[in-house]
Amino acid sequence: MEQAVYDQYELVVGLEVHMQLKTASKAYASDANLFGALPNTLVSPITLGHPGTLPKVNTQSVDFAIKLALASDMKINTPVFFARKNYFYADLPKGYQITQDKTPICTGGEIVIREDDGTEKRIGITRAHLEEDAGKSMHDQDPFDTLVDLNRAGVPLIEVVSEPDMRTSREAYLYLTEVRKLVRYLDICDGNMEEGSLRCDANISVRKKGAPEFGTRCEVKNMNSIRNVQRAIEHEMTRQIDIIEAGGVINQETRSFNAADGTTSLLRSKEDAQDYRYFPEPDLPPIVITEDHIQRIHSTMPPLPKELLHKYLKEFNLSEYDANVLTSEKETALYYERIISKTTNYKAACNWLMGPVKGYLKEQALEIEQSPFTPEQLASIINLVDAGKVSSSTAAEKILPALANHSSKMAEDVAAELNLIQDADDDSIKQIAEEILAAWPDKVAAYKAGNKGMLGLFMGELMKKSGGKANPKTASGLIQQLLDQ
Amino acid sequence: MKVDVATVRRLAELSKLSFSTNEETEMVDGLNEMIAFVDKLKELDTANVEPLVFMTEETNVLREDVVEAPISQAEALKNAPSKDMYYFRVPKVIKQ
Repeated sequence: MEQAVYDQYELVVGLEVHMQLKTASKAYASDANLFGALPNTLVSPITLGHPGTLPKVNTQSVDFAIKLALASDMKINTPVFFARKNYFYADLPKGYQITQDKTPICTGGEIVIREDDGTEKRIGITRAHLEEDAGKSMHDQDPFDTLVDLNRAGVPLIEVVSEPDMRTSREAYLYLTEVRKLVRYLDICDGNMEEGSLRCDANISVRKKGAPEFGTRCEVKNMNSIRNVQRAIEHEMTRQIDIIEAGGVINQETRSFNAADGTTSLLRSKEDAQDYRYFPEPDLPPIVITEDHIQRIHSTMPPLPKELLHKYLKEFNLSEYDANVLTSEKETALYYERIISKTTNYKAACNWLMGPVKGYLKEQALEIEQSPFTPEQLASIINLVDAGKVSSSTAAEKILPALANHSSKMAEDVAAELNLIQDADDDSIKQIAEEILAAWPDKVAAYKAGNKGMLGLFMGELMKKSGGKANPKTASGLIQQLLDQ
Repeated sequence: MKVDVATVRRLAELSKLSFSTNEETEMVDGLNEMIAFVDKLKELDTANVEPLVFMTEETNVLREDVVEAPISQAEALKNAPSKDMYYFRVPKVIKQ
């Protein structure tokens, strides 16, 4: 089909993001919330749904939801009520999931996405609610049975449901990247899609551009990377348009993404839909959240990526690219923040961090939080270069490596030790320059005859004789002055 | 509300259960009796009564985020009808 036909359609996407909260213990019981332990070793009678057990809400999971609400302008609804979602599946020991139905803890709010050129778009959040994860079923490990590991059962989750505000797969990509970045800054979820600590379902529909109503949507599951969410959306858009153009109708259904070929396939149709028979969870009394408590959490909030981005762009005048790279990972941003508390040369701090420092860390296979350079040391290098005492290449190649793991040493100490301070003393440079010119009268004549390339030769000789300590700018000025006499 | 065979079949499906024709008839009768009992209660005027969800007036019954020693793997699997040393075993629930 021609591209022009596809271009008549508009894509509509809403995303549901499930995130495992980084608590120590589970949502409603005190067994550990850990990934990768031996099967069925992180369980308790409550998690196993044994009769007579009583769940109790983990304070931390409520506080994490409050953090997320504060960071994305969501309204916090108090009191908090839970609900039972009833269905039978082998990895759901109780026969119901404790979740929230009509009373989500957070409603409203927005996530702002930003294109590379700085254009912003607001993606509305419908709601966010607390719930628990199910256990894990393994269907392919044994020829006869499904094996069930309940370590993950009861792990706290927050589900964030967006408005159907995204119009391109790129916007969905940016939204998901932004949500992941935010929860990592807040330190409430590690955002690892491959391990499943962040999972995303996409509600996708198409409509003719300008149509007032949304088309029928399909929900797509099982995408294990942000890139695959984007691929699934692209495939689904084409699939739906092809059906409509062939005179068919879209059925509301749940589909599964297949990463190998980038397609989606039917998981279940609307007719197989479950009836979850939600009702209020009587085992968990309401939780009242006071304004005081919200304020207390507010005072412990880390800087948010959008705030830092704004600061770097507006106050520091950094480029869109620099500001983006600095804020994309929390660890980088926090390190940068510490460096600029010691120097006000923001651009140089950014260049040093993203250039020589990152290069050094990569070479040594270190994470940014393991950096062997203190912010004071990096500030001392920047100051030394700014003062014209060493060239930036000398600083990067010789001084920076010598500072690693000697936190009490500053750039000027190393520069003095290694005899790297540029000779700002005009007299001594002048003397060297005079010697060089005297030694090569023919080259001087060639220069005077118009061969300006000779200047490079004199400069090279001068740098060699001065042991690299001459400030190149001063030196070239001096040579020219002597030649023009 | 009246329960018929279709309702019982839908409930059985949601509960992953299956009944014989005789059992289905028993279920229809049994459930209708229960509903008739609840319908009797419905005769009371509760227009001005708040729905009761909780048996106490308590709020904020919370737990600090502290890990307590879990039960052992063997204890966890002890009551399972089908298991091995590590896993609960259930009939295959997905068609390959």
